[in-house]
This record gives sequence, C-alpha cells and structure tokens, in this order.
Amino acid sequence: MYRSHVLVCGGTGCTSSGCQQIMEALQAELAKNGLTEEVSVVQTGCHGLCALGPIMIVYPEATFYSMVKPEYIPEIVSEHLLKGRVVKKYVYEETVTEEGIKPLVETDFYKKQHRIALRNCGVINPENIDEYIGTGGYEALGKVLTTMTPDDVINTLLQSGLRGRGGGGFPTGRKWQLAKDLVKGGQKYVACNADEGDPGAFMDRSILEGDPHVVLEAMAIAGYTIGANQGYIYIRAEYPIAVGRLETAIKQAREYGLLGKDIFGTGFDFDIDLRLGAGAFVCGEETALMTSIEGNRGEPRPRPPFPAEKGLFNKPTVLNNVETWANIPQIILNGPEWFASMGTEKSKGTKVFALGGKITNTGLVEIPMGTTLREVVEDIGGGIPNGKKFKAAQTGGPSGGCIPAEHFDVPIDYDNLIALGSMMGSGGLIVMDEDNCMVDIAKFFLEFTVDESCGKCTACRIGTKRLYELVDKITKGQGTLEDLDKLEELCYYIKDNSLCALGQSAPNPVLSTLRYFRDEYVAHVVDKKCPAGVCKSLLSYTIDPEKCKGCTLCSRVCPNGAISGTVKEPHVIDQSKCVKCGACMEKCKFGAISKK
Amino acid sequence: MASVKKTVPFNGTQEQEAKLRAIITELKDERGSLMPIMQKAQDIYGYLPIEVQTIIADELHIPLEKVYGVATFYAQFALYPKGKYKISVCLGTACYVKGSGDLYNALMEKLGIAGGECTADGKFSLEACRCIGACGLAPVLTVNDDVYGRLTVDDLDGILAKYE
Repeated sequence: MYRSHVLVCGGTGCTSSGCQQIMEALQAELAKNGLTEEVSVVQTGCHGLCALGPIMIVYPEATFYSMVKPEYIPEIVSEHLLKGRVVKKYVYEETVTEEGIKPLVETDFYKKQHRIALRNCGVINPENIDEYIGTGGYEALGKVLTTMTPDDVINTLLQSGLRGRGGGGFPTGRKWQLAKDLVKGGQKYVACNADEGDPGAFMDRSILEGDPHVVLEAMAIAGYTIGANQGYIYIRAEYPIAVGRLETAIKQAREYGLLGKDIFGTGFDFDIDLRLGAGAFVCGEETALMTSIEGNRGEPRPRPPFPAEKGLFNKPTVLNNVETWANIPQIILNGPEWFASMGTEKSKGTKVFALGGKITNTGLVEIPMGTTLREVVEDIGGGIPNGKKFKAAQTGGPSGGCIPAEHFDVPIDYDNLIALGSMMGSGGLIVMDEDNCMVDIAKFFLEFTVDESCGKCTACRIGTKRLYELVDKITKGQGTLEDLDKLEELCYYIKDNSLCALGQSAPNPVLSTLRYFRDEYVAHVVDKKCPAGVCKSLLSYTIDPEKCKGCTLCSRVCPNGAISGTVKEPHVIDQSKCVKCGACMEKCKFGAISKK
Repeated sequence: MASVKKTVPFNGTQEQEAKLRAIITELKDERGSLMPIMQKAQDIYGYLPIEVQTIIADELHIPLEKVYGVATFYAQFALYPKGKYKISVCLGTACYVKGSGDLYNALMEKLGIAGGECTADGKFSLEACRCIGACGLAPVLTVNDDVYGRLTVDDLDGILAKYE
C-alpha cells in the first residue's frame, strides 16, 4: 500500500514540455528521501490541460501542480510528500482559494465536462492492463460474450443514439447492423480509424495514449457482433507514443487471453494488428483508409458498395473512429438509456473537442452535446488571452467552417453545426481573434487541401488549386468583385463533382468565411486593405513623427535600408523599399510605428 | 530536389540489404504488407532510393511502378536523403494561427534553403509538417525527435545552435 500516488502526465503535450525529466527527478528525489515504498509514481495519459504542462497530480488530495520544472521537485518532495505541506506557489493558481486547495474537478476547466470517452485518460497507467481492468475494463466484453446476442448489442447501440465521432455522424448501431446482415457469414473485418489528420484535433491520440485497451475491447465487441475474427487499427505514424502504447496493450491483452483464441472460454476468436499510416490526409476517409491498409496508394473508392458490404479486401467491414470505440464499453455497461439521457434530441452523449488557437486553456475537453459555444470558449476555455476580441471558432478542420460571434449561443451538435455551414468533424475547435484574417485562414486551408487532394477527381485536384489561386490573388490586393462570385461558383462545382468527403468539403472554409466575413473579402478587394493586418501585400508601415524620438534603432534593424532620418529627428519609411517584415515595429521603444 | 539526388549517390551497405531482405521474407505473405515493408526499409536506409524500391518490387514480384506509386503518394516516404537534423515546423491550424508560418519563413532564411531541401553540408533539412498533436504548445517545431513548443522567431537561433 502506498500512502500517496503521484500522477505525471505522459501525453504528447506534456512529453514535449519535458515530463520525462520530471519523472526522473521525482524518482531520484523519492529515493533520496527513502520514500519509494510509500509514494508511487504513475505515468498516465493526457489530462487535457496541455497548456499547463508538464502536469503532476498528487493523490489522495488531488493537488494539481502545473508547469512543473525539475528544479521544483526537491521542494515538492520534502515539503508535500514528506511533511504533507502543499507547495502553493507551484500549484495551478485557480485551485488555490482562501479555504485551501480545490480539487481539480472543481476548476472551471473541468467542472462542465463530462468524461466518458476520456474517462480513464490521466487516471490510469495506460501501460498496465490491470489498471484498466481495475476500472471495469473488459467487463463489457465479458457481458457481451456471455449474456448478449449480436442483435442485443446492435439494439443497445441503436437505442443509445450513438453516432460516429469521426465527423460523419452515421448511427453506429445501424452501421454494425448492415455489416452483420448484408452479407451472411464468411470472412469479415473490424477496423479502427486512428488516422487523425485534421490539423488541430488530437482527441484520438489522447485516448490511444491514455486508455488504449478501451479501443481493443470495443473492437472485440464489434467482432463478436458482426462475426469478424480480425481487426486492424490504422494509426498515423506521426503518433509514436500512441503506437508504442497500443503495441504494449495488444501484447498484454493477448497474454491475458482477452485477444486471440477462445476468449473467455466462449469459443470466440479475435485478434488485432496495427497498420501505420504514412502521412496522407485523405486516408482518414473510410474507403481510402481501407485501400491503404491493402497496401496501395490511398485513393478513395466510389460508394456504394459501402464498407459494410464490400470493405477491407472486399469483405464486409465495420470501420469506426477511436472516439466512437471509446464510448461503446460504457454504453454496454451502463445501458443505452444512460447514454441517451445526455445530449440533444438527435445527438446523444458527449463529444471531445480539442481547444486550440487563441484561447487561454488550450487542451482537450469532453462536453455533453448541446453545450453552447460560449460555454466552451468562455467558461471552460477561459476566454481569449491578452484582452482580444473573439472573432470566430473554426470547427471540422479543413472540411469545416468558421462560426462567428453572432452564433455564440447555438448548442453544439451535429445538425446545428451543419446548418451553420460548418461541421462537427473530428472535434478540432480553433479559436480566432481580431488579429486573424479570415481570407488568410481560407487560403491556409486551401493550401492544405491542394496538397492533400489525392488527385483522383479532376474537380478536386484542379478545382482546389484554382480556388487557392483566386484567394491568393485576393490576399495580394489584386482581386475583383467578380472573383468573389467566381469563387462561390467554383466551390459548388467542386462539391458536386468530387467522389469523397475531402473534395466535397474542401470548399467549406471558403464558403463559410464568404458567408460570415464577406466584408473582409470586400475590404481586400475594394479598399485594398487587410482589416486584421495579416496579408503582407496590403500592409504599410508608417512612423508617427509626433512620437518618433529619432533614436535610429529602426533604421539599424531594417533589413532593406528602407528607413532614413537623422539622429533626434523623426524618421521616414520608404514604402517602395519596405519589405513589410515588421522588424522596425517590434524594436521601436516609443510605439511610433504602426501598420495599417 | 533533383539536384540533391545528383550530389548524393546511393551507398547502401550489404548489411542493410541483408536486413531488408530478411524483413521482406518475414512479411511478404501477409496481406497488404507493402507499406509495412516500405516503412521498415525507410527505417534501415533513412529514405527510399530507387535501388531500394527495386529490391522490394523484385522480392514481392510486383511492378516497380506500384512501389514507386505508393512511395510518391505518402508524405512520409522520402525519395531523397534528409539532413542529419530534420527540422519540421508544424503548420497545423492551431500552430498556424499562433504564428508558425513566421517560424517557417525565418528558418528558410536562416538556413538558406527552401522547404523540402537540405543544407549543402547535409546537416539540416527543413520541412513543413501537419499537426503533430501538440496543439497545446503551439507553435511547435521538431528537430528529429525533440519537440520545441511555445516558440517565437527569437528562439530559433538558440535551437539551431544546439545542433551546430
């Protein structure tokens, strides 16, 4: 028995901030104080609050130390772990109150969250199967194999209202039903989509890093339900920690007889193999993903036939996203009514969002469907830093759109987001403030889709390139009002003539910014101005002669010799020479230089 | 890129080839094993020159075009060698809105190379990458396996100096 447990986050965010050094320092310091028998150190998955990493939580009190540095460790060990006195100065500010230290769950960031898919992330050691079993792991698989028929499982999922969390929102129970019934018997497959390609979304990675067994368990349940004995997890090679933890988890599950032959003595065989992606965004599309597992260029195939009929190696296949899988064991154990009691009419349960961009608490949050954008950004996310104004929230990655401030109070669910011209997508939520130019953002996403279009459909391959060129022209101040109409027309053409979701949704960032921020496009085209001050070609730097003290600093840092003037006299910028690098403005101590 | 190829001739060793052939023998009967084999081959050689692709095609009895087609489709397969230190700047959305584009431009200027290129001494190569999932630390870049987060342009010289 340990009297205290210290949980150190080992997710990608905290690893990047140096949690490994924290672990080492902690172990060395505990040994020095003879505490290794009394205090256990556990490396866990992601807690979600990546902005504050490296993160360390001391139980039983649940004291939350944030942005820990190795040099804090001796003091934390000798004061807190040896003498029981919390080292307040290193504790996350918000948890320090006059009455004492608040537990983590009472902070604004965690209070409104409801963790189902992320239930074990940051709580258990993901590399130890016993800890997963200790929190009810593999109980759902046992229940399914020994007391439920495949149709019971399907009905449970149908009643729960669970929809695919990868973005499409297709009812999961229906998908399984099709895979079970369309083709009777024969070889079938179960596959997990862990090719999380949306820039800014990292919930799948966190689940795999923090709770890998939940995915294995859920896939085995699907195997039993549709009659498959083999599963594949297609995961991005860019996620080395997640790959490593999955490999460990599969090995442990095989050793425990939870994967392999005759699971729970019921005669059911099921095994899982990993397949590593190689950096192609389109492989997140289901048919492209399967083509890639087969060892080919990851180009999408026409549907129908749908994967439930002809999927992997032309056999019936159930393919679900990581977050979808992570919900399933809990639905089996707690019942469909429990799950359906959360969320909105057509979107049940919770959704994990990755908060990023201009928001104070960047990180991962799981909220009931129907929570408003305002609650997510202001209450959970802590608002916009530096007193800036909220401009838009981008959801759905390169396939989604921007939601402006006027829709701040719309409850987030699948259908509302689509009505607003965006989509749920995999759950990336990037906040933009007044310093972000929406035309530039549209250009950014187009650059992405141009790069990632697989090239199969002409409308997508050439159309996205033409879209990019048009938007690029606008950001350079060379656009015309006709270009805006042309943009829109081309967007609909690409949508109508592309085979897969990548092409069909690639114009969304343009359409949604045109819809809500047309004035910014018009400013670029008509006034030749970039209101946010981002598009370089449209900026000009000027020196206010009233404020300039003639210190000469700006003329010395200018890389192109564009600034002239004599000492103690106001300086002037030669616009024809200025390369708009902004170095002068950064260096000016008197705030005399402005960009417009 | 083509010029890089001319200056760096293929110099694979016999040990590397033996390792590659052993891996092919081990995996070739599995369905869909082409990509896993190519990934392992890239681990061995650091990249996938045409000589290596030819070995894979011959051993699997498939056309070289098929191997080349897969190699050119996926961003992770490199046809040309990379620098000793591979710098990847994340241009995912979260990093981009926090200014990773500026980091990328500054690095091109500092290293005197364009994205996708390698410095003449073979030391640094630079590329843009998509989200690495460390959005909480945006903007980030990686040098080989080291991750640097919450960066500004002023931090770059210090990072490069670590690898000089």
